[in-house]
Amino acid sequence: MRHGLTLKIGPAAFRVGSDWRAPIADLRTLYADYPPAPDGFADFTVRLEAKRPWRRFVRPSVHLGGDYMLPDALPLSLAHGLLAAEMGMNLQMALGWRRHLLIHASAVEKDGRALILTGESGSGKSTLAAMLGERGWRLLGDEFTLLDLDSDSVRGFPRLVSLKNAGIAAVEAVADAARFGPRLEATPKGAIRHLVPRADAIARMDEPAAPALLLYPRYGFDAATRRLAKSENFMRLTQASTNYVALGERGFGTLSRFVESVPALALDYSDGEAGIAEVERLWTEHVG
Amino acid sequence: MSAVRDLVAVLRDPAVALAFDGARWTRLLSVARAEVLDGTLAHRCADLALPAPIAAMLADIRSASETATRRAVWEAEMARRALAPLGVAVILLKGTTYAAAGLDPAPGRQIGDLDILVPRDRIDAVEAALLGNGWEWVKQDDYDDAYYRRWMHELPPLVHSERDRMIDVHHTILPLTARPTPDAAAMIADAVPIGDGGLMMLSREDMICHAAAHLIADGDLAGGLRNLWDIDRLLRQFASDAPDFWDRLATRADRHDLGPAVARAVRLAHRLYATPLPNDWHKGARSDAVFVRRLLARNGWGQETHGVNRFAFYVRSHLLRMPLRQLLPHLATKWRKRGLGGTG
Repeated sequence: MRHGLTLKIGPAAFRVGSDWRAPIADLRTLYADYPPAPDGFADFTVRLEAKRPWRRFVRPSVHLGGDYMLPDALPLSLAHGLLAAEMGMNLQMALGWRRHLLIHASAVEKDGRALILTGESGSGKSTLAAMLGERGWRLLGDEFTLLDLDSDSVRGFPRLVSLKNAGIAAVEAVADAARFGPRLEATPKGAIRHLVPRADAIARMDEPAAPALLLYPRYGFDAATRRLAKSENFMRLTQASTNYVALGERGFGTLSRFVESVPALALDYSDGEAGIAEVERLWTEHVG
Repeated sequence: MSAVRDLVAVLRDPAVALAFDGARWTRLLSVARAEVLDGTLAHRCADLALPAPIAAMLADIRSASETATRRAVWEAEMARRALAPLGVAVILLKGTTYAAAGLDPAPGRQIGDLDILVPRDRIDAVEAALLGNGWEWVKQDDYDDAYYRRWMHELPPLVHSERDRMIDVHHTILPLTARPTPDAAAMIADAVPIGDGGLMMLSREDMICHAAAHLIADGDLAGGLRNLWDIDRLLRQFASDAPDFWDRLATRADRHDLGPAVARAVRLAHRLYATPLPNDWHKGARSDAVFVRRLLARNGWGQETHGVNRFAFYVRSHLLRMPLRQLLPHLATKWRKRGLGGTG
């Protein structure tokens, strides 16, 4: 392919190739502080490709390819090339990574212990994690939380944080403007803007943390908290994991131990500030 | 050397990979995944002293393939149980056979759908039994359904509603429209048990005939490197067990109308994977080079290359499957349906 780079994020290394310069230039800027793949070895390859040669120029549309692909993925416009690259890396992890149990969740760390935020798209977990990351917590990851199959610890995977819609302005108010990517309008998920994690989150990305609290935030509801039964928590986490089934018995073991040892609460909140305050209160109450 | 040639070389002799740097491994792994040979590669390289990040990824791939194999073999057992009351023996085909019988292509081999062979006169009973045990039709339109039933060598695909696994029920090994007409009844009559679990597999000669028919006489050679690897491993295993294997294979291939396809597959296996052959199997055809080119049509990013050659094999696959007077109306119907928003 004409343009490419490699990146190491936590335990995984990626090679991203593109038929166009722009998406790779965006990645180079935003991932400037991340190491390249050691000795050039990438666990996964992502391709941003023109399906036909002339589609590099005429109504350019980015077809997402790579080691692991979805059969019917729709192409994206070239203006959303950065999003395509991010989606491509997510897809490789979701379908190909087996070294950890993957939970669709954000996570932050304090004093060696991890707070994990999971929930549906739009629940506000990315926004909350980004805001906590600006307030003394270390961001462990946005899209995926990686649980070690042997030690049960949380492994950092601090990719760019993908902020959406109302979450963008909330984080713009508290984070350094230089750490934001371009604002992408009218993507399939609405407006998106990527945030580079703080320098310490990148520098310490190989430091694991012990899981201490799991929250299911829900944005836009009257304030309420509810303790989840282990059974419900377990079932919801099997749904939130991309590789639980593929890991077989090891995945079951890891998830069972996680549910036994980590308290889980559902947290409804109406606005960002109130949400942050409630998260920190629950952390003090359950973790210390 | 190109990444796809690296893949072939490493499968043949894993030690050559010790000299590869990380970037070359990245390309090798992308090509191996694209050719669905990553599990095989990971097994072939299991004993090499490789840098930690590469060894860790290969270990992940091996553990993923172990889980996938276990599920595939379990699916075969589920089919056996569903069909047991009919007294129909379940004859496994392709990947599931190798795993269930512990044959040499098995380690790391990816297994897609469950393929089974049953007698044509029992096909209705088999279909009813599967439908009664949780399998259901994959949604498709009436034309496709009718087409399968009239012209294909298998039922329209069925998927299990809970386990989400597909089963292809074959009554012979090539479409009825194809020119060679393998003797499916003889294949079924000569099938042999796999251990004592009640599942069956084709005889050794028939297994090669089927693999060669699938590779050479059907389809457009997509996944060809993988299918050829199966053939290489099976030939090495069977020929070392029985000195007269090659003669029996030739006789059997002729009986199934598959002499040229088997001979071609054997030569290609030799060219790419250095399969040891008796002298009289070496006589090559110049067109073998075109097949090799098609099999190696992939770059180091895992992308398909050689569009013209690829397209030629795509056209060939249709012509192999049916005569032109039947192909043209078929393509016209498909094209019209696509125009109407169908799935083609």
